[in-house]
Amino acid sequence: MKTFKLGGIHPEENKISAQQPIEVVPIPKTVFIPVSQHLGTPAKPIVEKGDVVKTGQLIAKGEGFISANVHSSVSGTVLKVDEIVDYSGYRRLSIVIETEGDEWMDTIDRSTELKKECTLDSKAIIGRINEMGIVGMGGATFPSYVKLNVPHGKKAEYLLINGVECEPYLTSDHRLMLEKGREIMVGITILMKALHVNKAMIGIENNKKDAFQLMTDLAKEFQGITVHTLKVKYPQGAEKQLIKALINREVPSGKLPIEVGCVVHNVGTAFAVYEAIQKNKPLFERIVTVTGKSIKKPSNLLTRVGTSISDLIAMTGGLPDDSGKIISGGPMMGRALSNADAPITKGTSGILVMPEKESKRVATMNCIRCGRCVTVCAMGLEPFLLAKLAENQSWEEAEAEHIMDCMECGSCQYTCPSGRPLLDHVRVGKNEVAKIIRTRKN
Amino acid sequence: MFAIGITAAIILYIVAQKFKVIENPLIDEVVELLPGAHCGGCGYPGCRALAETMVKRGSLENLNCPVGGKEVMGQIAALLGLVAEEKEPMIAVLRCNGSKLNAPDKVLYEGATSCSFLHQLNVGESGCPYGCLGQGDCVFSCKFDAIAIDSKTGLPVIDNENCIACGACVKACPRQIIEIRFKGKKDRRIYVSCVNKEKGGIARKNCSVACIGCGKCVKICPYEAITMENNLAYINFEKCKLCRKCVKECPTNAITELNFPVIKEKAQPNTEVEA
Amino acid sequence: MNLITVSGSPHLHGDLSVKKIMWGVVFAMLPAMLVSIWYFGISALTTTAVAVATCVAAEYLMKKYLLNEDPSVSDGSAIITGMLLSFNVPSSLPWWQTVLGSIFAIGVAKIAFGGLGKNLFNPALVGRIFLLISFPVNMTTWPVPLSNRWVLVDALTGPTPLGRLKEGLANGETLTALKAQLPAYQDMFMGQHGGSLGEVSAVAIILGGLYMLYRGIITWHIPAAYLLTVAAFTGILYMIDPTHFIDPIFHLLAGGLMLGAFFMATDMVTSPMSHKGMLVFGVGCGLLTVSIRNWGVYPEGVSFAILIMNAFVPLINKGFKPKRFGEVAHG
Repeated sequence: MKTFKLGGIHPEENKISAQQPIEVVPIPKTVFIPVSQHLGTPAKPIVEKGDVVKTGQLIAKGEGFISANVHSSVSGTVLKVDEIVDYSGYRRLSIVIETEGDEWMDTIDRSTELKKECTLDSKAIIGRINEMGIVGMGGATFPSYVKLNVPHGKKAEYLLINGVECEPYLTSDHRLMLEKGREIMVGITILMKALHVNKAMIGIENNKKDAFQLMTDLAKEFQGITVHTLKVKYPQGAEKQLIKALINREVPSGKLPIEVGCVVHNVGTAFAVYEAIQKNKPLFERIVTVTGKSIKKPSNLLTRVGTSISDLIAMTGGLPDDSGKIISGGPMMGRALSNADAPITKGTSGILVMPEKESKRVATMNCIRCGRCVTVCAMGLEPFLLAKLAENQSWEEAEAEHIMDCMECGSCQYTCPSGRPLLDHVRVGKNEVAKIIRTRKN
Repeated sequence: MFAIGITAAIILYIVAQKFKVIENPLIDEVVELLPGAHCGGCGYPGCRALAETMVKRGSLENLNCPVGGKEVMGQIAALLGLVAEEKEPMIAVLRCNGSKLNAPDKVLYEGATSCSFLHQLNVGESGCPYGCLGQGDCVFSCKFDAIAIDSKTGLPVIDNENCIACGACVKACPRQIIEIRFKGKKDRRIYVSCVNKEKGGIARKNCSVACIGCGKCVKICPYEAITMENNLAYINFEKCKLCRKCVKECPTNAITELNFPVIKEKAQPNTEVEA
Repeated sequence: MNLITVSGSPHLHGDLSVKKIMWGVVFAMLPAMLVSIWYFGISALTTTAVAVATCVAAEYLMKKYLLNEDPSVSDGSAIITGMLLSFNVPSSLPWWQTVLGSIFAIGVAKIAFGGLGKNLFNPALVGRIFLLISFPVNMTTWPVPLSNRWVLVDALTGPTPLGRLKEGLANGETLTALKAQLPAYQDMFMGQHGGSLGEVSAVAIILGGLYMLYRGIITWHIPAAYLLTVAAFTGILYMIDPTHFIDPIFHLLAGGLMLGAFFMATDMVTSPMSHKGMLVFGVGCGLLTVSIRNWGVYPEGVSFAILIMNAFVPLINKGFKPKRFGEVAHG
């Protein structure tokens, strides 16, 4: 079975919501839509207090080379454009809308039948993807059109589709493949057209055998798409590891996947591309897995962007009494919230509620130099050394030891027998080194 | 053995002569006078660098060793035949009073004991985006044992005697809460113990002693030492005459006075006016 | 409901802990422990008990008063040091010498460097070398196995196989004559020959080593590199001159090689972090061991070889870094 060679761990999968079909969340009374739900420059609001908006209407325009448009997920009146507390407790500029009904923009095709043919050419496809605010739905939220603009001198050979979902607990991609498999396939053909490639490979981890079977059957109806099963190992869903496993090429340090001739997109992104090109629908809703050992009804919910997380948790039976941590995303790379009223964004793939007894960190001891962190690092780095250098504030040395190659997957900290907060220190180091690199460029 | 020794001595002598660096002997004498802490408090990388600058520049303007203080600067001035500037003693001041009591924890933080990390990760346990995080980056940076975290309040406390205002803690704090201010006559100083720029209502939700930007202190100050910007008051330490009027006036106790005698509360006048 | 917790990712932790690793090692040492009691009797038990008790007490007191840190000894590392130290001394060692050795091992080799994880040299080996240099007679008086097992003071003593070999060759005895006097391979494999407590039984150590490999406590790199290097080097010497160099199987079974390869050289704190580095470390230990055994003053070279290689570990770590993902080839 295909896999990546270097490092990796196997945490408990806990895919307890895998059998739950997608349910639609009722539209909330108020939505809080942040203007920055993507990597890059935040979008600029083009509405103000009192404006009436429709579902799917453009409310903030992307600025700069790497940015994305933001569309309203509901119809109603803009209450205010103000700084609202987000998951980190900090305030970020958001557009707050009071909902009235659910009136969609009449440019959007609301029919549910599959539309296979795409009449647009590559340039038009990329333009539409940009217009519709499509970003990477795996959680990284990188504006998708940027990846599709292949730079001069480089050529794309493969389109790789990430159906791995290696994080424990998360099942939104799994359910999407089971219930919207055909739409995803059409989305993939559209992306292939945009990139001028005729080979697409979908990677699915071996714990989603039903999705693998379904996608393999569907792929027969489409030209050039093959489906591959991958060994269950974290972080198989990371871009570089996926490329290594599927086509056995290593993206060089500091470079992008296009360097080895491929572009990677998540299945959720492929689905969003289908809706954007074939139904003229911008990105304003997504599937969010709400899960956790104490959650009464773990579910996969189709949610409008801007819905507050507490509304979603209420739909699954309410916040359990023994809750210790609320995480946006998966348990390995997700972010712990300090505020459960924070809104769902384009990149929120799941909400995980951890019981209190699992929420506390293990006690920290001296590094016993066992070397296990080195063994599990999927990027071949030395986490104990990077953490020590960052703690001692030796930024130049940390840069020389390739701290910027770290993708913050957390395998090192998961494994460390001494319970050392390796990733915490590496993050501080990366931040400082990034600052140094920026000042050096200027 | 003897032959090797002689050969080595000759080689060393030749090399020492060839690579000799002619330096002004005064530099060495100034280095002798300086405390030798190499802390960087003067703004130069080490005592030798400061000594070289002093001797080469031929003037002591804007040059000061905060560790040695007036005494050492006086000795150096005498040695070089220059005049040392009269510098007002300075000290680091923590402009936040968001203790565990005033700004209670809304969440619990677990992880590396690093303010830089917590600052990037989250707004902090108290919920105030400008407030002190209490993980001790400032303590870690101090080379003079002048700052330590008080376990009851969770805030750093700056030692009046040990702090020489080198500025290391100012650089270390990711939220720029620490400022170097005048030590003050009899070590007395008054400052706004808040750096929160949010609107008053929001600030107060997280911390009971936040500055709410009401402006009463600005109005009452007889020396125009207080300015208001972005919902936050600031006391200019060069203009402040330590009259203490603003401290009493502040409705949220956001202004702190250090090392003053306690004022006895006057008895409240009767509400009935005597004829 | 209590306050929710906020921390950086990952929010999961594997079930590995220092305690589990250390107790796993202790468990792996039990076969050798039991065999030593079988062959050397009560004095084996008392020597081990004294060493362990002293190490634990020393660590507790020194952590509390010298290092000013939380004096927890529950991680089991002091117990391992005590057991390994006792495995490296003859069962007839006077108890007060065991105490001194333990205090030296913990105090100088571990606490003085900063405690767990900060030492450069293997503490048990440092303790052994200290005892060897300070009390050479006691440390080279080996009780004969299966004699005087129920008394604390042993009367019958004899040489170790390696000791006899060195002595014999120095006296000009031929190898073939010597071989008849040295213990048979089965005896050396099972442990019925003179030597330190824990080093005599190759089979018990191998059992322990296999257990640790199975549990993932150690990897195969260091033991394999060490043993293979010894076998290869002694094999080459044997082929060149079988009248002066004894065969590789003898070398593999004799002395503290098995104990050293599986338990001492693999000590995490003092061995390299990358697999490449571990192989280099093992090879170095092997070369040094054979060199000291054949041309050095001492009959046994394992302790010195490992300690010398310990000193090179920081350099090995720097020179042999793991292969990075997407490493850009230079030149």
